[in-house]
Amino acid sequence: MTQEFEFTEEMKELREMVREFCAEFSDEQTVRQTMETEAGYDAALWQRFGSELGVFGLAVAEELGGAGLGLVHHAIVVEELGAALVCGPVLGTLCLAIPALSALPEETIRAEYLPGLVSGETTATVAIPQRAGEYSPDDLSVDAVSDGEAFALSGRLDYVADGSTADVLFIAARTPTGVALFAVDSESTGVERTRLFTLDQTRRQATIVLQNAAARLICAETETPDVLVQTLATATALLAASQVGGGQRMLDATIAHVSSRIQFGQAIGAFQAIKHRCANMLIAEEQARSAAYHAAWAIQDGTDEPLIAASLAKAVASESFLWISRSAIQLHGGMGFTWEGAPQLYLKRATADSLTLGTAAEHTERLARVAIDEWEPALV
Amino acid sequence: MTTAEVGVVPDAATIEQIARDVLAEHPPASTPITHLMGAWYDAGLTWVYFPRGFGGLDAPRSLQPLANRLMREAGGPEPRTVNTIGYGIVAGTIRRYATPELASRLLRPLATGEEKWCQLFSEPGAGSDLAGLTTRAVRDGDGWRITGQKVWNSLAHQSRWAILLARTDPDVPKHKGLTYFILDMQTPGVTVRPLRQLTGRAQFNEVFLDEVYLPDTQRFGDVGAGWIVANSTLGDERTSLGDRVSARGSGAIGDALALWAEKPENHSPILREQLTRLWIRAEAHRLTSDRARVAATMGVQGPESAITKLVGSELTQQIYEYCIELLGPEGTLIDTYSPEAPDDESGPTAIQRKYLRSRATTIEGGTSEILRNVIGERVLKLPQELRADKGIPWRDVPR
Ligand SMILES: Cc1cc2nc3c(=O)[nH]c(=O)nc-3n(C[C@H](O)[C@H](O)[C@H](O)COP(=O)(O)OP(=O)(O)OC[C@H]3O[C@@H](n4cnc5c(N)ncnc54)[C@H](O)[C@@H]3O)c2cc1C
Repeated sequence: MTQEFEFTEEMKELREMVREFCAEFSDEQTVRQTMETEAGYDAALWQRFGSELGVFGLAVAEELGGAGLGLVHHAIVVEELGAALVCGPVLGTLCLAIPALSALPEETIRAEYLPGLVSGETTATVAIPQRAGEYSPDDLSVDAVSDGEAFALSGRLDYVADGSTADVLFIAARTPTGVALFAVDSESTGVERTRLFTLDQTRRQATIVLQNAAARLICAETETPDVLVQTLATATALLAASQVGGGQRMLDATIAHVSSRIQFGQAIGAFQAIKHRCANMLIAEEQARSAAYHAAWAIQDGTDEPLIAASLAKAVASESFLWISRSAIQLHGGMGFTWEGAPQLYLKRATADSLTLGTAAEHTERLARVAIDEWEPALV
Repeated sequence: MTTAEVGVVPDAATIEQIARDVLAEHPPASTPITHLMGAWYDAGLTWVYFPRGFGGLDAPRSLQPLANRLMREAGGPEPRTVNTIGYGIVAGTIRRYATPELASRLLRPLATGEEKWCQLFSEPGAGSDLAGLTTRAVRDGDGWRITGQKVWNSLAHQSRWAILLARTDPDVPKHKGLTYFILDMQTPGVTVRPLRQLTGRAQFNEVFLDEVYLPDTQRFGDVGAGWIVANSTLGDERTSLGDRVSARGSGAIGDALALWAEKPENHSPILREQLTRLWIRAEAHRLTSDRARVAATMGVQGPESAITKLVGSELTQQIYEYCIELLGPEGTLIDTYSPEAPDDESGPTAIQRKYLRSRATTIEGGTSEILRNVIGERVLKLPQELRADKGIPWRDVPR
């Protein structure tokens, strides 16, 4: 076990390995081509990430095809995929489904789904009613009915991450006695999926309408709320790590640009207005990195309240990534406003990320409740 | 009494045992601070990573926070408060540059606070541009004669010793002609005049040096290497700050939270939101400082340490600005501006005093503007600004 923020050599090597693989097989050119395709991702490449590189199961137990290393390792992978804007079900499968399944009480169910997701052969997504990244049973939109043997789900799900390509849909639905988690085969009858046109073309979403779709119960009412709460906290922390990756990439690109672009007879990075904005970009990036990895370590080791750590990570990382990507456009000048330039891709990713699993404002409000309204001097 | 076996690198358990023994024998509540800190020094706990006999145990630096924590938990002082500049900047320099004889003469009274230290760097004509300073050091037999004027020198009026930067060669570019010395403030020719700060207190001074003699043994590093020595001490200061571990909701943000809880009649949605945003930034800053500390103990100097001073100082300012707003009309009051009043930022108008004091945080120890230059040029490696004095002998630089 490592102490918080103890980034080991082995973690650095993992990061390098994923980064090099992305640079080789998912460079910007590839991303641009892939994001224009119908599926929005390259299933063969996804599988290579899972099987050849083997980086999807670092937080999954070894007997389920994973490496059992913990959430910090998983976050490093997600960060690098975010840095490269890798197209594919990062959100649905890596941030949501794998953590959700790992949290299931039933070993046989975990063993059934996880190996396929870890190897990249199958993909999945999870639909959990949430507000501000917090499980919100009041917003449930799917009902489950049982004929005594099998379950069927009906209802409508909006903004489902990777919803049009996922093989399996994990859906929280209302039963007569509470809320339970179900698995639905996305190809089965009664499942209607409509692809949405997303502002960020590298992150796909769908609307899913269920009409008596056959479903399998994978988590009972007694355990489901805990699983959903934990899944959302973990997914939020992982999304923050992805934002950190995107922010770092835009910071690096901006530094490279202002160091080589000459105006008034010198590189524009020599001007203080530019230099100081770059310094502020670095500061924003480093604050986000600290908050995101604190959340990963805290959830992995139980050293902080998961909801506080995750909200802190998401609030800070959203603002940082947005501000860094907007600054990148500004400091690239006209180039920054072109379709060809990289900054536009990151601005769109930053925008989408900041509105997913709770906006910065929502997480800030949640922190206001737990950190300010409920703050007790005696407890500090 | 536990002692660390010579030749064996002490581990956490050994350090803990030694510390507990010292604290049991010298209960902080009833022991005068100088005795307590003396015993702590003799046991090698002041700087566990220093050599034995010099306040250390040849232990890994990563064990220092443990010793500090045990001291704190026993009700002892935060070491830096005993001798701020001594602990923050000077001790590491002495260890690196003083002869063993001089080091053993200086370190113990530094550690106990019996001999306070101050920093004679800034001058009326050299603040941000410290390397442009004018104070001259001229050879005189076995030693040096120093003449010049220093300014903004915190605690110089209470200090026995000073670290001093002076120009030994005006004919080379500014960074290359500086030499680093230590000065006994009781030497003839040293005049200290307190300067009153906007807080009403007089914690900093101007210091006049008139043909002050010091022996060559009080030179640290080579002649002309003063800039390098001074920068190594700045690095020490950053890492020594890292030996402190802070808890969620402590420090300035803790003041704001406490004030919020005390003043429900002043609550409003806007103030609640502002406090939350400050809390979030304070947390991100606290975690970044933690990360810098862990990186430093692993021997990595990441960008974190360059960032923490800048962020911490601006945040502290903004938190107290917020507190003043939250106080409302009460914020218009101050208990006293008497120069003699203690400078401990307590009392009935503690918040107002902290608010006033916080204006210094973005100036002292490098201004925010300069720190952004440093981050831009040294961390991000951006091209340097055009500098009018670059490569020119100091003598020929306009001033
Ligand atoms: C409370 C307090 C305690 C202090 N204690 C000590 C001490 O113990 N020992 C000691 O030696 N000194 C001490 N100082 C001095 C401190 O280090 C200097 O005040 C500081 O370095 C700034 O120098 P200056 O005051 O000459 O301001 P200047 O350098 O004149 O700066 C004025 C303004 O110009 C800006 N500026 C200057 N150069 C640039 C540039 N290149 N780019 C952009 N902006 C620039 C600055 O950021 C600042 O905003 C202390 C200061 C304070 C306030």
